[in-house]
Amino acid sequence: MADPLLKVENLRIEFPTRRGTLVAVDDISLHINKGEVLGVVGESGAGKSLTGASIIGLLEPPGRIAAGQILLDGKRIDNLPYEKMRQIRGREIGAIFQDPLTSLNPLYSVGFQLIETIQTHLPMDKQQARQRAIDLLAEVGIPAPERRIDHYPHQFSGGMRQRVVIALALCANPKLIIADEPTTALDVSIQAQIIALLKRLCRDHGTAVMLVTHDMGVIAETADRVAVMYAGRIAEIGPVKEVIKDGKHPYTHGLMGSIPILGHDTEKLTQIEGAMPRLTDIPTGCAYNPRCPKVFDRCYRDRPDLLDAGTTRAACWLYDDDAKAAAAVTGETAHV
Amino acid sequence: MSEVAEKMSPDPTKIGADAETVLDVQGLKRYFDVSPPFLNRLIERTDKAFLKAVDGIDFRIERGETFSLVGESGCGKSTVARLVVGLYSPTGGSVTFEGQEIGGLSRKELVPVRRRMQMIFQDPYASLNPRWRVEDIIAEPIRFFGLTNNNNETLQRVGELLQLVNLSPKDMEKYPHEFSGGQRQRISIARALASEPDFLVCDEPTSALDVSVQAQILNLMKDLQKRLNLTYLFISHNLAVVYHMSDHIGVMYLGRLAEVAPAKTLFEKPRHPYTKLLLDTIPDLDMTGRERVPVAGEVPNPINPPSGCAFHPRCPFANDRCKAERPEPIKMPDGAAVACHGVEEGRIPEGPISGIASQDI
Amino acid sequence: MADSKTIEKPIVEEHMGLFARIGDSFRRFLDGDIFYSFIHSPITVIAFVVTVICFVLAAFAPWLAPHNTNDIATLLLDNAELPPFWSSYTASWGEELHGRTEFLLGTDPDGRDVLSGIIFGMQVSLIVGFGSVILAMAIGITLGLISGYIGGKTDSVIMRIADIQLSFPAILVALLLFGGIKSVLPPAERQDLAIWVLILAIGVSNWVQFARTVRGSTMVEKSKEYVQAARVIGLHPILIMIRHVLPNVMGPVLVIATINLALAIITEATLSFLGVGVPPTEPSLGTLIRVGQQYLFSGFWWMTIFPALALVVLALSVNLLGDWLRDALNPKLR
Repeated sequence: MADPLLKVENLRIEFPTRRGTLVAVDDISLHINKGEVLGVVGESGAGKSLTGASIIGLLEPPGRIAAGQILLDGKRIDNLPYEKMRQIRGREIGAIFQDPLTSLNPLYSVGFQLIETIQTHLPMDKQQARQRAIDLLAEVGIPAPERRIDHYPHQFSGGMRQRVVIALALCANPKLIIADEPTTALDVSIQAQIIALLKRLCRDHGTAVMLVTHDMGVIAETADRVAVMYAGRIAEIGPVKEVIKDGKHPYTHGLMGSIPILGHDTEKLTQIEGAMPRLTDIPTGCAYNPRCPKVFDRCYRDRPDLLDAGTTRAACWLYDDDAKAAAAVTGETAHV
Repeated sequence: MSEVAEKMSPDPTKIGADAETVLDVQGLKRYFDVSPPFLNRLIERTDKAFLKAVDGIDFRIERGETFSLVGESGCGKSTVARLVVGLYSPTGGSVTFEGQEIGGLSRKELVPVRRRMQMIFQDPYASLNPRWRVEDIIAEPIRFFGLTNNNNETLQRVGELLQLVNLSPKDMEKYPHEFSGGQRQRISIARALASEPDFLVCDEPTSALDVSVQAQILNLMKDLQKRLNLTYLFISHNLAVVYHMSDHIGVMYLGRLAEVAPAKTLFEKPRHPYTKLLLDTIPDLDMTGRERVPVAGEVPNPINPPSGCAFHPRCPFANDRCKAERPEPIKMPDGAAVACHGVEEGRIPEGPISGIASQDI
Repeated sequence: MADSKTIEKPIVEEHMGLFARIGDSFRRFLDGDIFYSFIHSPITVIAFVVTVICFVLAAFAPWLAPHNTNDIATLLLDNAELPPFWSSYTASWGEELHGRTEFLLGTDPDGRDVLSGIIFGMQVSLIVGFGSVILAMAIGITLGLISGYIGGKTDSVIMRIADIQLSFPAILVALLLFGGIKSVLPPAERQDLAIWVLILAIGVSNWVQFARTVRGSTMVEKSKEYVQAARVIGLHPILIMIRHVLPNVMGPVLVIATINLALAIITEATLSFLGVGVPPTEPSLGTLIRVGQQYLFSGFWWMTIFPALALVVLALSVNLLGDWLRDALNPKLR
């Protein structure tokens, strides 16, 4: 297999506070191949948005990358100076955020913002850039782009605005788009349109997407692979169909069971007891151990790495065979 | 069944001839004046503008069932919830609760009604007063309606209510910010149950929650409904949640009901093109590989809704009649009611809409 | 959640008593962000200490001041026009006058101790400051709550009145009110009631800011669901305003109150300086400055400089506290 486009290795994001350091993302590793859609799903506070923000270098202080590295095309991008990172942002990595209203500057016309972004990243004169902007608007499905290009963000509806944001992210033909909850603020019928658009664009342009969302439905529709995050860690990662239909990690399993599905007549939804721990008191061992129905001693002691669980990889001691266990134990003693 | 649950179930002596229908809504309308200020109107020579948030809807809810209103944002479903509990007064039409017309009642006259009808809100972070302890939040309705004789009884009752929603009585000492979103929603439910109501209006009670917590709350609500024989008016934009919870469902579009039907019927045999559209937009979690072809267009501005059937600009079956004439709900033999000329004339094909209505995305 | 769970007898015996609650609240406060930001801001701590010293001096002035300057019987002309204890000067009649430690900051032409004068003056300034702020708060909060909660025409009327008042400088409004009220009082009572009239004038001239802030916050809180929940229960609007909305709009009010306290003290000083404030028999800091500045060119600088310094220190400290409070209560700046 070719080298992945994006590689995140042992990423750790910390928030220093006066009550001690909070670890919001704890030692996660993942990769995205060229043209692939990786879904990152999890409940609020799972660290999924922070992971996305750290990749585009928009981690809000006091949050900081405490360990690990992020590689784009084999080159480290997590330690670049601000100016360098700004060039990569937009040129190599595009971003789509949840609220289209805040991603666009209300004081400038949509065309101005598109042209400005295009000219920042591509060697084009004003006329060429304008033409490209019109083409982009047409491509994201905005009717009459020649006219609409001079309109201001408030003149667009929510769905159309999100299309403009997508056009803005596509300006310089980036290799990777980080889409953070791109459909959450939209109505269901519009959500479907945006998802379909995103899928088509990625197919046409060969753009890879990291799709961060809490909505399993969006993931199921869009992603090739999915990473399920829990309490700042990856619980399970694998092909989307396997994870959704047959999650190996007890959390994935519980999560899927808790979603009401149309046409399934269940009197009671599967219920995961309790709530995700606050960052201040993440349990030792497996972070899911207080809620896990299959918990055993080891889960309280050691934190599981991502282990082979057949079709997917799950951070769960259930998938640890004896040999691996022995190795892990010796590894630990070496640490101590 | 527990002692509390028995106490809270409706008084059997009160069930009269018409008691089976808990809520009857007829021709309910609510317009909001969204005109610019008088001076602006005078200078700009514009007319008064009205937002027809709810524009003539009818439905009834039987005791012990869950009736849901579903629709996209701006369709007026939350306005209906607020009209029913009397937070807004209707512009037209009637709301009849347990045989009593409550549409135009004053705050004082509504007091006895409100004891039997409470509301659960969407945002668990905004629905609890941040400066109050949980015990005061839950005790407020008990104290207001004078349901206990002294403070000890009140606290006892608060403890019981907390247990009813699976929290600990010790939690009453805490402040709302010490709880997670799901726990706050439980506190909200406990407050709503404090006055021993038999009808709850639930306005998007889980849409601000994570899915695993949503499951806890939905299970709790179903459980409470059974134990306390509660009747729910459930408002949501999430069709899957609505399907899971409801006996009957009303689909709203731009202040009107497009279709009302038993839950199963609605999902198995959707009739209104808008219902079909909504069903098509639900992501496919069964991973059948079904490719969705979403319908283009967006919800129009409710201040200036399309003529005739409000859905006609997005409807692939619209004809001249749909553009001109507003459809009235037509009763179907299986209990559904559909407001669609196409259904009446039999020109809406069965099955999903997307194949027919594929448009450029 | 197990639905088979039966409801046990709840444990309410362990219910907290009042003292436990106060202790609990205090612990929460010490542990909270506000206290943390307080002890990590040295300037605020200094301002707080200075303010507390001023308050204590003013509150216990009769016991803490070295001399009772309001008691004319104790004044001796021998002690008049003494400089501060560390300095000396040659009086007009040629005598060399030395400062005495008995009068640390010197004396005025009547032989009053300047330090004691400042302490008593601070008392008057603070009484007027607090009184007028409380009055302004009472008017402002009431009108703001009503305006924001009821809205519509009531809101328009109240806010237009506020706009009109705001188009005049507060000091002018206070001046007019003070003059107006005083003129209708019987002359015999003018002196005695001067302080109350001053409080009334300054208070009424400052309510607008409170009303506007409370109105804005009320409109935000009103739309929140906990207020709607109270409405669904059927609570009377006045009860909702007092019990639910008021506690949640007090944060910004507290900030304005603190900053307004400094402002009111200065307004009072200004009025007294202009000669329309409290009478010289019961001098405030402003009166002291006014009286003192007449002798400035005679070389008696201490009579006006020290009261002026006291005024600056007091107003500045209170203002710094207000600034800090505003930042500490604003989560965006934290």
